[in-house]
Amino acid sequence: MSAKTAPVWLTAGVVPLVNVAVAFLAAGLVVALIGENPVEALQIMLRGALGSQYGLGYTLYYTTSFIFTGLAVAVAFHAGHFNIGGEGQALMGGLGAALVALSLPFLPWPLLLPLCVLGAAAAGAAWVFIPAYLQAHRGSHIVITTIMFNFLAATLLVYLLVGPMKMAGSMAPETARFVPAATLPLMNQMAAWFALTITRTPLNLSFIFAILAAVFVWVLIWRTRLGYAIRTVGANPDAAVYAGISPRRITVIALLISGGLAGLMATNEILGVQGRLINEFTAGAGFVGIAVALMGRCHPFGIVLAAMLFGVLYQGGAELAFDKPKITREMIIVIQGFVILFAGALEMMFADRIAALYARLTGKVVAA
Amino acid sequence: MPPPAIQMTGIDKRFGAVHANNAVSMTVEKGTVHGLIGENGAGKSTLMSILYGFYAADSGTIAINGKPSLIRTPADAIHSGIGMVHQHFMLVETFTVVENVMLGAEGGVFTARGASAVRAKLRALSHAYGMDVNPDAVVCELAVGELQRVEILKALVKGADILILDEPTAVLTPGEVDTLFVLLRRLADEGKTIIIVTHKLKEIMAVTDRVSVMRRGAMVGTVETRNTSPADLAELMVGRRVMLTVEKGPANPQGVVLDVKDLTVRDARGTVRLDHATFQVRAGEIVGIAGVSGNGQSELLETIAGIRKPAGGTISLNGTMLDCGGGDDPTALRARGLRHVPEDRHRMGLVKQFEAAESAILGCSDEPGFGAGPFLDRDAVLADCIRKMASFDVRPADPTLRTALFSGGNQQKIVLAREIERDPRLLLIGQPTRGVDIGAIEFIHKRIIALRDAGKAVLLVSTELDEVLALSDRVLVMCGGKITGERRPEDTNEQDMGLLMAGVSSDAPKVAA
Ligand SMILES: Nc1ncnc2c1ncn2[C@@H]1O[C@H](COP(=O)(O)OP(=O)(O)OP(=O)(O)O)[C@@H](O)[C@H]1O
Ligand SMILES: [Mg+2]
Repeated sequence: MSAKTAPVWLTAGVVPLVNVAVAFLAAGLVVALIGENPVEALQIMLRGALGSQYGLGYTLYYTTSFIFTGLAVAVAFHAGHFNIGGEGQALMGGLGAALVALSLPFLPWPLLLPLCVLGAAAAGAAWVFIPAYLQAHRGSHIVITTIMFNFLAATLLVYLLVGPMKMAGSMAPETARFVPAATLPLMNQMAAWFALTITRTPLNLSFIFAILAAVFVWVLIWRTRLGYAIRTVGANPDAAVYAGISPRRITVIALLISGGLAGLMATNEILGVQGRLINEFTAGAGFVGIAVALMGRCHPFGIVLAAMLFGVLYQGGAELAFDKPKITREMIIVIQGFVILFAGALEMMFADRIAALYARLTGKVVAA
Repeated sequence: MPPPAIQMTGIDKRFGAVHANNAVSMTVEKGTVHGLIGENGAGKSTLMSILYGFYAADSGTIAINGKPSLIRTPADAIHSGIGMVHQHFMLVETFTVVENVMLGAEGGVFTARGASAVRAKLRALSHAYGMDVNPDAVVCELAVGELQRVEILKALVKGADILILDEPTAVLTPGEVDTLFVLLRRLADEGKTIIIVTHKLKEIMAVTDRVSVMRRGAMVGTVETRNTSPADLAELMVGRRVMLTVEKGPANPQGVVLDVKDLTVRDARGTVRLDHATFQVRAGEIVGIAGVSGNGQSELLETIAGIRKPAGGTISLNGTMLDCGGGDDPTALRARGLRHVPEDRHRMGLVKQFEAAESAILGCSDEPGFGAGPFLDRDAVLADCIRKMASFDVRPADPTLRTALFSGGNQQKIVLAREIERDPRLLLIGQPTRGVDIGAIEFIHKRIIALRDAGKAVLLVSTELDEVLALSDRVLVMCGGKITGERRPEDTNEQDMGLLMAGVSSDAPKVAA
């Protein structure tokens, strides 16, 4: 009988915190094992990620990408599907943004910029359409098809960037620079509009987009009829059919939204930072999104928090690798791996015990 | 005299604000069949779950055969000789009977030895209790009654002396019920102790030695079955006298609402499930469909409700021919005033993970009353659910509680409230009172009859023959996907119906529709 409940603050607050603490403990052991001081390492990481405007800017810049890809996974998950193609959809989002930016450079920015953002979302959605259609109408498993589409996206991008879209005269696989009207302002530029000075980092307007996207997903899933249909299909497809909700239609719609969100990740990297389309710009953010969504329990609020945690890990990890030559980049990946392991994959490992402890303390009997 | 097989004393259990068991004590003598009855949500399943170690009681003690026992997990319960047969069978569908019974007792890396040991035990038990089950049959090919026997055998092979059966007859045909009861008596005569939870007083009278009654979390009494009557038990359960018979005036049928002609349905494998069914339902009448479950009733309901595509035939609603499997999907049909209470509430009628209020708008989530444009107005949804819960006396009346946490009968009331409160022109209703207590049955029957008297058309499918005969103005009998006969309830009897249900044509006169 799984029909048992513990209060939300316990399952959504204490349990993830304990999981993260255990992950850091395990990572600390590894750090100690190679002869470094784990406490010092943690300090460097946290200071590097949160201790300065510079560090914070980078942390939030990474966070932005993870929010988009995490939300993408979550929306598909609510419809009962595991979209692990965020990586490919984000790459295509970059292509969509670049196509708009390069083909309509004469437009004024109030037109061009929104079109570029839409182009990113539309291309991400388009890239998931075939897997979504095959899943809905042919039952081809979305996990397999989206993995394949990740490879296709990566190779397609390479082909375009060394061929048709390559900037003339350049040796690198990249397009020409976009006109300024097609790029997002950096946070320090925006601060300057209000006569504030902050350190220049890659953090840009798309961070605000990411927060808005989280609000959008929350409203969509819990406050709209479509969200209700998505959750019904995800939880009980037979009940959906009975209710007159078409699981096929909803599957396709939910996955298109998911792909669109993944595509928006490109606004951060391509429209915000690079100002041109480059190869492999997603740098694994699509996959981190899976861990972020799992850890955030597919709730936008949790996803924003989890994305920040991974932002801290990325930025703090980079600082740590820089400060402590013994701790290499690979070590940082190990630490991230622990977080994914304990907070994502093993998220239930301590949940029962914590619930039992809570029950003992309060005299109520619950289980998570 | 030996000590009682089970002595539960002062069992207390709360779920948040719900006091599911309030200082409950219950004694069950060895070698008896003991009934446990009570309204929906009275706490029967909770009490049995505590006995079987699913839940830990907040306080109270359990003694098995006079020995105080600490039962914390089902493993403890099995160790103490307690076995449980769940209403929803816990069998692996693709395994054979032997493989299922062997689960948890495979006996080493290779399963051959465990299998032969289990096979021997199975043979001995089947022989001792007259249960014939083919040990090599694959479980998904067995009938419901046989599945239940496998569950019972599973418990016995594990050495159970005490068997708990939670609503074991809800899914059985009348014949299967009889077989089960013969078996239970025999087990009790051999010294086993049986606890049976049920809502059917007839069965309590037929098979039990004593019966305990729960009301709102408390034990209100234990009586000797031979010293009581269904009416007395009902009064103990509900706290007032309950109408055990349905009272209804004559029907006043008006124009045809549902007109089904030559409706034929095939399943995914192409097997004919519904064979040229032809009938009509008029406004202001209840047409009942009787039959052993699995004879095409589900397919009939689902096809009319727009969930299945027919292979042939036509359906007209209010004189308009429906575009079955095309434009007339469940949503379009609801707009035309068709409402549908599905037979299996867990599979289709509810989303167990949703809060009750969300389950209560399943299929109505697009109605304008629940929000503007694409948005759902949570306050409106909650308010609507509170209203429905009040009018159907759903307990606890908490619209934010997860659907899965309501007792079976209360879940059913949520589905009924959702469909009936929407003022249907045609109501399709499958198994309206499965798992529902007698107080609620009385209430549900009244609502169905009130609907009829308000000039609505009702098509009722139930495997409870008594229910079909009591409610319907006309009864159609189905067997093997065909409609094998039509009767007026006053012109037939159980024997006549039984023959029709078995597909044997009977020479009783057919009544004009
Ligand atoms: N895990 C749970 N969490 C919260 N409430 C629960 C839980 N399990 C049961 N309840 C509540 O406890 C009460 C008793 O439920 P129980 O299932 O024991 O009733 P029941 O007598 O078996 O009813 P029915 O005849 O409908 O099956 C109900 O109000 C139910 O909603
Ligand atoms: Mg129950």
